[in-house]
Amino acid sequence: MSRTTTPVVAGWFTGGGDDFRLLGTRCRSCTSVFFPREDVHCRNPGCAGSELEEVPLSRRGRVWSYTDGRYRPPSPYVTDPELPWEPYALIAVELEAERMVVLGQAVPGVTVAELAVGMEVEVVSGVLHEDAETIWTTWQWRPTGVTA
Amino acid sequence: MAADGGDGVTGEVAVLGVGMHPWGKWGRGFVEYGVVAARAALADAGLDWREVDSIVGADTVRGGYPGYVAGATFAKALGWQGARVTSVYAACASGAQAIDTARGQILSGLADVVLVVGADAAPKGFFRPAGGDRPDDPDWLRFRILGATNPTYFGLYARRRMAVHGDTMEDFAQVKVKNSALGALNPYARYRKRVTVDEVAGSAVVADPLRLLDICATSDGGAAVVLCSMEFARRQGVAEPVRVRAVSTVTPRYPNTVLDLPDIATDSAVAVEPAGETFRASIARAAYEEAGIGPEDLSLAEVYDLSTALELQWYEDLGLCGEGEGAKLLREGATTLGGRVPVNTSGGLASFGEAVPAQAIAQVCELTWQLRGAAGDRQVEGARAGMTANQGLFGHGSAVVAVR
Repeated sequence: MSRTTTPVVAGWFTGGGDDFRLLGTRCRSCTSVFFPREDVHCRNPGCAGSELEEVPLSRRGRVWSYTDGRYRPPSPYVTDPELPWEPYALIAVELEAERMVVLGQAVPGVTVAELAVGMEVEVVSGVLHEDAETIWTTWQWRPTGVTA
Repeated sequence: MAADGGDGVTGEVAVLGVGMHPWGKWGRGFVEYGVVAARAALADAGLDWREVDSIVGADTVRGGYPGYVAGATFAKALGWQGARVTSVYAACASGAQAIDTARGQILSGLADVVLVVGADAAPKGFFRPAGGDRPDDPDWLRFRILGATNPTYFGLYARRRMAVHGDTMEDFAQVKVKNSALGALNPYARYRKRVTVDEVAGSAVVADPLRLLDICATSDGGAAVVLCSMEFARRQGVAEPVRVRAVSTVTPRYPNTVLDLPDIATDSAVAVEPAGETFRASIARAAYEEAGIGPEDLSLAEVYDLSTALELQWYEDLGLCGEGEGAKLLREGATTLGGRVPVNTSGGLASFGEAVPAQAIAQVCELTWQLRGAAGDRQVEGARAGMTANQGLFGHGSAVVAVR
């Protein structure tokens, strides 16, 4: 039986390979950018805008900070309790054009020892977890110096 | 409503009584902790519960139905007596908002004497969001998509400080050393053993660079205060009560450019230039302005050391030192007992662990004991003014200024 590939959240990212991008929205009135997306009202208190258009966010940014999770996070994070916990790194990335910081997991295999504040990273498609029917996809940050 | 003395109207309320249930992992219900704290505060105030006009409860989201209606839950447990009731939720700032609610009732003349209670029974391990499939809840989403626990954010802040300000792991550990030494002197603290730098360094990494002993635990506990009008205090024969002079409960300003719990991203600053100060700094500034005092006037402060690194951040946010100088202030000994401005004389969250709705009230209990000169071995000599500060999820934060 073939499994379906489903984004862990609908509408937050699109594409694959080199075309993978995070999706935000931009207010048509004041140009404020939102991620996670705002689709109804602009959150700039000085803007009455309510028309927001979908925009892809910059593919690349620089590490604002990073950490990792040495212990298994609680539900609703999905893990297999039968398997030993494998820590992963989390990276907060500053996007220059959008002037915002976006948090995400690092690609598997990248540890905190390989990261530094200010390092360039790019967003790539990744697998959050898999079950019998579905491959749940997400975004991940990968240092641009890494070719994997 | 600054206390400028111009027309004699001060906006101050009196702290007539304070009480706590010891923090720990007791395995009982939060109502019991809250009632113990409430009775202690009433006894400290010399009041019968039936003399209280109003009760304000700080909600616990872990207590189910009775927690969501904490004010009524405590009122019923203490014995229905007809008091006005309010329940408030503001994440980690719940206790301070409960105090602010009580203050507002007193200053507006709706009540003369108000009992404020917060208590929690915390689960083992990481805090987690409510169950179910709830993609409209940012707290649920950060766990579902990223597995981002609270220590994830503490780790990000700590690493950022190391990169930007040059803080070291030993600086962070020294916060724990200081707070554990103070907690050892506090009968209400959960952890009463002094901790060394080596013990911090030897504890397990939870969220790089932070280790288990850098991060506050989750605890059971309860705290209560009895607030009243200055006139009521005088009628009770308390001529010089500890007074609450300011309660800051401000929200962030757009664009909020610090990644706050439980957010996955900051606001974008592309259309609006960010304010010159962070949300945390604005919480303290609003309290200073309301109280009509500045950082140089503080005898002590109780800040929300969810992690060791965050305590250093608070030094800067409270204006006790310049940006990036938190670790230097700690190394100079300014923030320990006997220093220029002792911070977390209670032992802080490092010694208590967090009992969310009780914690901001417990901070005010410590200020009160200090300002009364009743803090025993933890006493700050000649304490005249103190500030509490905390920050919680969803844009909540608080600072309380108390003086004597």
